[in-house]
Amino acid sequence: MRQTRSKNIGITIYILLLLTPVYWLLNMSFKTSREILGGLTLWPQNFTFDNYTVIFTDPSWYNGYLNSMAYVSINVVITLLVALPAAYAFSRYKFLGDKHLFFWLLSNRMAPPAVFLLPFFQLYSSIGLFDTHIAVALAHCLFNVPLAVWILEGFMKGVPREYDEMAYIDGYSFPRFFIKVFLPMIRSGIGVTAFFAFMFSWVELLLARTLTSVDAQPIGAIMTRTIGASGIDWGVLAAAGVLTIIPGLLVIWFVRNHVAKGFALGRV
Amino acid sequence: MVAWMNWTPTVMVFFAVIVAILTVMTVYELVAPCTERKGFLPIETTRGDRLFIGLLSAAYIHLTFLAVSDITLWAALTISVIWLLILLRWG
Amino acid sequence: MNKISDNRAWWLVLPVFLLVAFSALIPLMTVVNYSVQDIFGPGQAYYVGTEWFKEVLTDQRLRDSLIRQFAFSGAVLAIQIPLGIGVALMMPKSGVKGSLCLILVAIPLLIPWNVVGTIWQIFARGDIGLFGWAINQMGMDYNYTGDTLDAWLTVLLMDVWHWTPLVALLCYSGLRAIPEAFYQAAEIDRASKWAVFRYIQLPRLKSVLIIAVLLRFMDSFMIYIEPFVLTGGGPGSSTTFLSQTLTTMAIGQFDLGRAAAFSLIYFLIVLLISWLFFTAITHADKEK
Repeated sequence: MRQTRSKNIGITIYILLLLTPVYWLLNMSFKTSREILGGLTLWPQNFTFDNYTVIFTDPSWYNGYLNSMAYVSINVVITLLVALPAAYAFSRYKFLGDKHLFFWLLSNRMAPPAVFLLPFFQLYSSIGLFDTHIAVALAHCLFNVPLAVWILEGFMKGVPREYDEMAYIDGYSFPRFFIKVFLPMIRSGIGVTAFFAFMFSWVELLLARTLTSVDAQPIGAIMTRTIGASGIDWGVLAAAGVLTIIPGLLVIWFVRNHVAKGFALGRV
Repeated sequence: MVAWMNWTPTVMVFFAVIVAILTVMTVYELVAPCTERKGFLPIETTRGDRLFIGLLSAAYIHLTFLAVSDITLWAALTISVIWLLILLRWG
Repeated sequence: MNKISDNRAWWLVLPVFLLVAFSALIPLMTVVNYSVQDIFGPGQAYYVGTEWFKEVLTDQRLRDSLIRQFAFSGAVLAIQIPLGIGVALMMPKSGVKGSLCLILVAIPLLIPWNVVGTIWQIFARGDIGLFGWAINQMGMDYNYTGDTLDAWLTVLLMDVWHWTPLVALLCYSGLRAIPEAFYQAAEIDRASKWAVFRYIQLPRLKSVLIIAVLLRFMDSFMIYIEPFVLTGGGPGSSTTFLSQTLTTMAIGQFDLGRAAAFSLIYFLIVLLISWLFFTAITHADKEK
């Protein structure tokens, strides 16, 4: 009994420490800039939504969110479309070079984006995709597709092959079986994969920033260049930060049981 | 379209050789599939694994030569090829 | 599950293969091309052989950056792995409380990396940040923008804050997979808490820990945006890690040849380490 209590106290302290920096960001986003620079206050004395108003009314701010949303959504769709059949192949069949292909995919998840930065810039410029959403979406496939294949493969392994065989006996063609029977069975796996593809595309900035300049600029890039003539407007910056955390928070409850699996490339 | 890639003959030869090796290995695998076996390496490997280990160590051999000496890289290449063959046969 | 041998499965993998080849192989080939040439502009390139590699391998600045990178990744592993295991052991095993814990612990992982930088940039400042202010109040002279050691510790602390939850989550899901019977047997044997951890929990965590070490090593090895936002790589170049050095070289100075040679060496290091871990993971899978 005493053990459980000391454990509870320990985990509570850890979580409090974990949340303090986030609280500080939230706190700052509700303060006026005079209060921020005036001194340290543990909670907003003059509670204000001004910082958020700035973001929602200034196109150079809210376009950043729209751009990020756009390329992230395109990325999720592409990732799922190509990863689903591939993961099925890996989970069901042995084929020539399967292990090496699997490793090659992994190595792309591990490779630093900085390594690919230079040729990406040239590649997308040469095919006229520079500064478009589709360019960033394709670039993010570099690490999201391998991740999706790994996660989905883990889920598909859990479905016994008897289902496949029964469907064939019942006269289903492969595409019909795959869409009508198989995909509904791994619904939750697809949801989790979509979440993580969303997540990792949403948090990445190096590639997204390099491949865009004006029309497709992500919110992160806008945040890192907000140093105006009068110095940084900390309040607006904090508000922008808070708004980027919200999408993840809204959906994490639904994937809570698979959160470790997603972060661990489906290997848990 | 591909001008930005700045191809040079040396690199073309390099990739051509890699592609050739991969093709030969693929055909060989189709003709005579191999199973995992234990050689002098501490882990069980297939032919493809040994090829990968050989190529990766070849890259490191070349880099080491560049970093610590001024000897011509042909020496590094010779060592790499011999090492690759040893690996494929007995690894 | 026994898999069927069928090479037609390649058709299902083909889209992934083409897509990843497009965004990985073409760039890789380009990097190899750049790395053996001195490029001034379109159509103006000289073949220089392995000059760039030689230069990069003997460049003191890059060596420093590499050493810094390894020191940082080593420190990250040394702190986060034990801490993560500790947190996982403390988390409630099940129920709503367990789920709630899980989500609260996962929050830092959901924050965009540049915002992580921003959070700590604010939080650690001496004037407007709680953390910096508190340290200064305790009588310590702390300033992460001026002092090398402070900058280092802040970047490290930020990374611990950001990524320890990942290790904790992985270990937590590993711990939940241990059957209750194991603990009951240990209780009958009157095993000490340490013995339970050493002989029941730790061996069962092995495969999860391999993945945790792999992910933490690799991701800390490519860390870029967080320190870039927090310290800008300074003071001096004390918190400039490999990715930032490379990015500055490639995009900032447009030094294509050198950056390409550097990229390839960077990539080879990553490839070797991932391969070692991949082999370890497949072996752990087999033992199961």
